[in-house]
Amino acid sequence: MSKLSEKYEVIVGLEIHAELCTETKIFCGCKNEFGAEVNTLCCPVCMGMPGTLPVLNRQVVDYAIKMGHALGCRINRISKMDRKNYFYPDLPKAYQISQFDIPLCEHGSLDILMNGQVKRVGITRIHIEEDAGKLIHDDAFEGSLVDYNRCGVPLIEIVSEPDLRSAEEAKVYMETITGILLYLGISDAKMQEGCVRADVNVSVRPRGQKEFGTRTEMKNVNSFGAVYRAIQYEANRQMEVLEAGGSIEQETRRWDDAKGVNIVLRTKEDAQDYRYFPEPDLLTFEVSEERVQQLKAEVPELPVAKALRYVQQFGLNQDDAQLLASSKARSAFFDASVALNKCDKKAISNWMIGDIAKILNERRIEITDTALTPEKLTDMIVLIEQGTISNTAAKTVLDEIIVHDVTPADVVKEKGLAQVSDESALAAIADQVLAANTKAVADYKGGKTNVLGFLVGQCMKASKGQGNPAKLRELLSSKIAQL
Amino acid sequence: MNLYEKSAAELSRMVRAKEVSATEITKDALARIEAVDLKVDAFLTVEAEKALDRAAWVDEQVAAGKDLGPLAGVPVAVKDNICTKGTKTTCASKMLGNFIPPYNATVVDKLLAAGAVIPGKVNLDEFAMGGSCENSAFKATKNPWDLTRVPGGSSGGSAAAVAACEVPLALGSDTGGSIRCPAGLCGIVGLKPTYGAVSRFGLVAFASSLDQIGPMARTVDDAALLFRVICGQDTAHDATSKPFNFAGMGPDIRGVRVGLPKEYFGTGVSEEVKAGVLKAVDDLKALGAQVIEISLPSTRYALSAYYIISSAEASSNLARYDGVKYGYSGRRDGSLNDLYLSTRSEGFGREVKRRIMLGTYVLSSGYYDAYYKRAKMLQRAIAAEFDEAFSQCDVIATPTSPSTAFKLGEKVNDPLAMYATDICTTTANIAGLPGISVPCGFDSQGLPIGLQLLGPKWSEARLLTVAKCYETAKGGFAVKEM
Repeated sequence: MSKLSEKYEVIVGLEIHAELCTETKIFCGCKNEFGAEVNTLCCPVCMGMPGTLPVLNRQVVDYAIKMGHALGCRINRISKMDRKNYFYPDLPKAYQISQFDIPLCEHGSLDILMNGQVKRVGITRIHIEEDAGKLIHDDAFEGSLVDYNRCGVPLIEIVSEPDLRSAEEAKVYMETITGILLYLGISDAKMQEGCVRADVNVSVRPRGQKEFGTRTEMKNVNSFGAVYRAIQYEANRQMEVLEAGGSIEQETRRWDDAKGVNIVLRTKEDAQDYRYFPEPDLLTFEVSEERVQQLKAEVPELPVAKALRYVQQFGLNQDDAQLLASSKARSAFFDASVALNKCDKKAISNWMIGDIAKILNERRIEITDTALTPEKLTDMIVLIEQGTISNTAAKTVLDEIIVHDVTPADVVKEKGLAQVSDESALAAIADQVLAANTKAVADYKGGKTNVLGFLVGQCMKASKGQGNPAKLRELLSSKIAQL
Repeated sequence: MNLYEKSAAELSRMVRAKEVSATEITKDALARIEAVDLKVDAFLTVEAEKALDRAAWVDEQVAAGKDLGPLAGVPVAVKDNICTKGTKTTCASKMLGNFIPPYNATVVDKLLAAGAVIPGKVNLDEFAMGGSCENSAFKATKNPWDLTRVPGGSSGGSAAAVAACEVPLALGSDTGGSIRCPAGLCGIVGLKPTYGAVSRFGLVAFASSLDQIGPMARTVDDAALLFRVICGQDTAHDATSKPFNFAGMGPDIRGVRVGLPKEYFGTGVSEEVKAGVLKAVDDLKALGAQVIEISLPSTRYALSAYYIISSAEASSNLARYDGVKYGYSGRRDGSLNDLYLSTRSEGFGREVKRRIMLGTYVLSSGYYDAYYKRAKMLQRAIAAEFDEAFSQCDVIATPTSPSTAFKLGEKVNDPLAMYATDICTTTANIAGLPGISVPCGFDSQGLPIGLQLLGPKWSEARLLTVAKCYETAKGGFAVKEM
C-alpha cells in the first residue's frame, strides 16, 4: 500500500448534493420538511400529475447564489432550467428539472486547511435542481413502496475540479463545504437525513504523469467517513489493477460502506442518455445585479477565514481555532465573548474547547441550547483571573451557569466557592496534609520534588477546592523545608 | 329560434335578466346532446346531474340578486385534455381512461367563476396528437356538415359540439392548429391565443412551449366573450403565462393592412380553398382593408421544425405515464421494466407512440444538434420573419387548412398526409402568435372553408375585430340541420 501510494497519485473530484432548507419546495407550495408521515408533504405538482406545472421558488435561487458567493463563483444572472429524462418510480415526471449548460454559479474556488496549510480547490459549477422521492422496502409488502415527500425538495449540486489528491483532502473538502452550508443557514446539512450526499470521482496516475487516468464514479456516498473509506478503497483497487497490468474501465460503482467494498453498477456502454433539453415550462430567469450584490453582502465571514483570523489575532493554536470556527453557533459565541473584552481571549477558547465542549458533546446539544451566555462565561473567567475562585471551583460554577439562569457570582456566593487565601486557614490545611502523607514528604526530601503537586492536590481536596493553589504551593514547600 | 341555437352572449343576458333559467338552458342543451350526439360523437363524458346541480346553483345566485359573470348559465364543453376536478379527464387515451383529477385547470376555475355550466367533456385525438379526431382511443367524432367526414383535430369534439349546436361554447387547445383546423372544417370560429395569454395549468401537456388553450364558438362575439373570461396571467401556477388585458374589439377595419403570404397558397392547398380565402380577402378589401402581398420564405420549414420540437417535448411530457401512480397500469407481476414496457405499449395508441419515438430520437445524444437544435434555430428564423412581416402589415390572411373536411379513414394510414393538414397553422405556434379561424363560405360539396388570420403577439383584439367585421358583412354562422 505505502509503496503503491509512493508510485501513484490519487485524483479526486466531488459532486456534492445538498438539500436547501427553504420553507417550501422548489416548484410548488408544499412544505420542505424532513421526517413527516410518508406522502403527506406532496401535491399534484410535485407528484407530476397530468397538467400540472412548476413555478420556480426564488428563495432557492437566492440560496444557491449565496453559496456561489461563498465559493467565489461567477454568478450567471440569466440562467435557465433543463430537463434530465430518465425512468424511475421515485421520479414522478420521469424527468428531473435541473440545470445543464448554464448553471447558476461557475468558476469558483474553495480554500481548505490541510495541516494548517491552505489548499485551493477549484469549483466547476453550482446548479439548482429538484430532489426525487424515496423507495421504501417493507417486508410486509411484496415489491416496493414510494414516498413522494422528498420530491421537489430543492438541491444544489456543487461540482469540484479534480483538484483533490487524497481521501483525507476529499473528507476535509466535504467537511468545509458542509460548514459553509451551515454558516450560510441555507442547509441543515444533516448527513444522517441524507441532506448532503456526494458522488465521488476517483482516478490514479503514476506520479509525474500529466494526463489523468480513467476515472470511476461512486454515487450517493453519504458521510465524511464513507467518502474517506470509499476513496481509499477505490484508489487502492485502481492501483492494484494497474500494477497487475490491467486497465481501468470508465464505470459507475456502488460503495457499500458496511462491507467496505464497491461493486460495478454500470459500465460506460450502459451509460444513460438523459436527453437534456431546456425546460419549456419555465422561462429563462434573470436575477438583477442589485440582488446579486445584496446576497453577496449577506455572506458572513466563513470558517476557514475565521480560523486563520483566530490564530493571527488571538494567538490560538491551529487546531483550536479550526475547531471553534467549524461551528457557526460556537464561533458566534466565541466572537461575542471576545467582543466583551473582559478577559484573556485564549482562556475563553480553552474553556470552550475543553470543559464546555465536553458537556455539549455528552448531552448532544449546541451551545445555544444552554443557559450559558458570553457574559456569564467571561464573568467566570474574570473571577479566576482575580483569584476569587480556583480553576477547580470554576468547574463547579460552570456546571451551574450552563444549566441555570444564575450568574457566576451568585454560584460562588451560594456554594461558598470563594478561594481561601487566608494564611492561617491554609497553614492548618497544609499541616494536616503533611501529617497524613509522611511518605510523600520523605520522597520530596529525597529529591522527588514533583510530589509537591500531589500534596497541593491533597490540600485542594481538603479545602473543597477553595484553597488558593499558588499560596498552598508556597506554604507547603516552606513548611517541608522546615521539617 | 331554439334555445340551443342562441349565442352565449344572448343566453347569459337572458339568465341575468331572468328571462330564462340556467336550468332550462341546461336541460335544453342536455336534450340536444342526447338527440344529436349519437350521430356526432363529440362527447366522451356527459354529466347531466352535475350540470343540473350547477345550473340550479346559478339560478339561486340569480334569484338572490348576485351578479354572476358573463357566462351565467351558459353551457361550455371542455376538451378532455383539460383537467376537471372530480370528472374524468382521459385525453382520449386508454392511458388515462380512468383518471379523475383532484384539481381544476385554471381555465375551468375561471369558467365556473364566470357562471358557466359544464355539461361534459369532449373528444380529441389522443393527447391532442392528430388532425382528424380519429386518434381517439374511444371513438371518432364526425363532422356535423357531413357525418362521413372528420371534424378535424385535435379539438374535433369541441368543434363538432359547437357546430352541431350541442353547446354554444367550447374550450379547445392548439399546439399546431388543433383549435383552428377543426374550427375551419366545422365552419365555426376558433381562436388560438398568443402563447402565454391563457394559463396552461391543468391542460395535460403535449408540447409545453406550443400548447395554448383557446375559445371555440359559432360567432366572433362569443369567442371574444370566452377569451375574455379565460385570459390573464396565472403567476401561482404557470410561469409561462403573461399579464394580458384584452382591450375588446374595435368598430371597423378601415385602414387595416392585410398581408397575403404567397407561401400559404402554394401546392397542397386545394383550388376551392384558395378561391374561398381569396374571395374573403377581397371582401376585407371591400370593407376598407388594404391588401399587401408579403413573403414568409421559411414557412416551408415550419412543419418539420414543428414536428421535431413538439415531438421532443411530447416524448418528455408523456414519460410520466409509467403505470406507477395513476392511469393505466400494465404488468405488475414482473420486473420494473416489464411494468414500464407493458404499460406504455398497451396504454398509448399508435400515433402517440410514433411521436414519442420521434421525440426521443431527436433529443438523443448525437442527434440533438442535427434535429432539435436546428429546429429551434428555424423557430427563431420563422419568428423573425413574422416580426419583419408585421412591420408591413397588421394581420396576415391565409387558409386555415389546405383542404375542406376529408373522409373518415382517408388519411389514418398515411401519417405524413395527416401531418400536412397542419401546414398553414403550425407557424403561429412556432412563433407564439395568435391566430383565428373564421368561416368563409363553402366548397362545391357544401363543406365549410376556414379563413385564418394571424397577428403579432397580443393582437387578439385586432384579429377579433377583423374577424367580426367580416362575419357581420357575410351574415354569420350557418346552422346545419341535424
